Amino acid sequence: MDERNFTFMFYGLAAAWAILAAYVVYLGAREGKIRRQLENLRRMLEERDKT
Amino acid sequence: MGTRNKLIYLLAALGGLLVIRNLYVILLQFPDEAAQGAIYRIMFFHVPCWFICFTAFLAAGVASILYLWKRRMVFDNVAVSAVEIGVVFTATGLVTGSIWARVIWGIWWTWDPRLTWAFITLLVYLGYLMLRRAIDDPTERAKNSAVLCIFAFVSVVITYKAIDWWRTQHPGAVLSFRTGGGNIEPAWEMMLLWNFLALGLIAAAVLLIRLNQEQVRREVDGLRRRVHEL
Repeated sequence: MDERNFTFMFYGLAAAWAILAAYVVYLGAREGKIRRQLENLRRMLEERDKT
Repeated sequence: MGTRNKLIYLLAALGGLLVIRNLYVILLQFPDEAAQGAIYRIMFFHVPCWFICFTAFLAAGVASILYLWKRRMVFDNVAVSAVEIGVVFTATGLVTGSIWARVIWGIWWTWDPRLTWAFITLLVYLGYLMLRRAIDDPTERAKNSAVLCIFAFVSVVITYKAIDWWRTQHPGAVLSFRTGGGNIEPAWEMMLLWNFLALGLIAAAVLLIRLNQEQVRREVDGLRRRVHEL
């Protein structure tokens, strides 16, 4: 492959995948947060039901 | 593992394999373009990103209309998930376009109508996501954001047609379905469609993940209301 403009092509492809990867990581983090909230709320309700 | 999770893995695996195959062809089999050198290969990601964001915003608009008609929360879930994915691909399209422009036009950005409307579209849909955060009541949130989502699609249509209505810096349409053919190498056009399929499969997998999250979030909202009632 011609070296001409190769660096910018690499930056472009890297940026595209970096944005998508960052979004997937963000989704994963949010998934964990929502699951923790769900567990906490369920536990709170169970404890209140017991008392 | 549930059916939806199996489908997510299947779509992601198919999309991933297809991307690897496409990258092999794009990077190692396609020759450099005579005027642009290697940089033209950004096109194979830049253009499909726009296909996907337009499709995602269209899906969100249709889901919003269906929500206002049927008043079923599942349509609101689809709308917000599709908008979020559309925003990610719009940002990707803008960034890849900007890097391409730096080499070809010598500038990172210009207030060309196509670029400007693409940026406005990004801002409008970011506004949609911010509006959702500002409204606590789920029904009010779904209703108001559905109305905004339908109006926001006007910006998508203007972005799409900008290269026909205003001939300035951004190149005009090159794909056969818009020009009748002859404006792009057939192998490149086919690769654009293959990469649209590959990225589309990945986007569909992410959409399903996002839909799962939205359903769990609604469950969290419901439990929260019960906790407050007690």
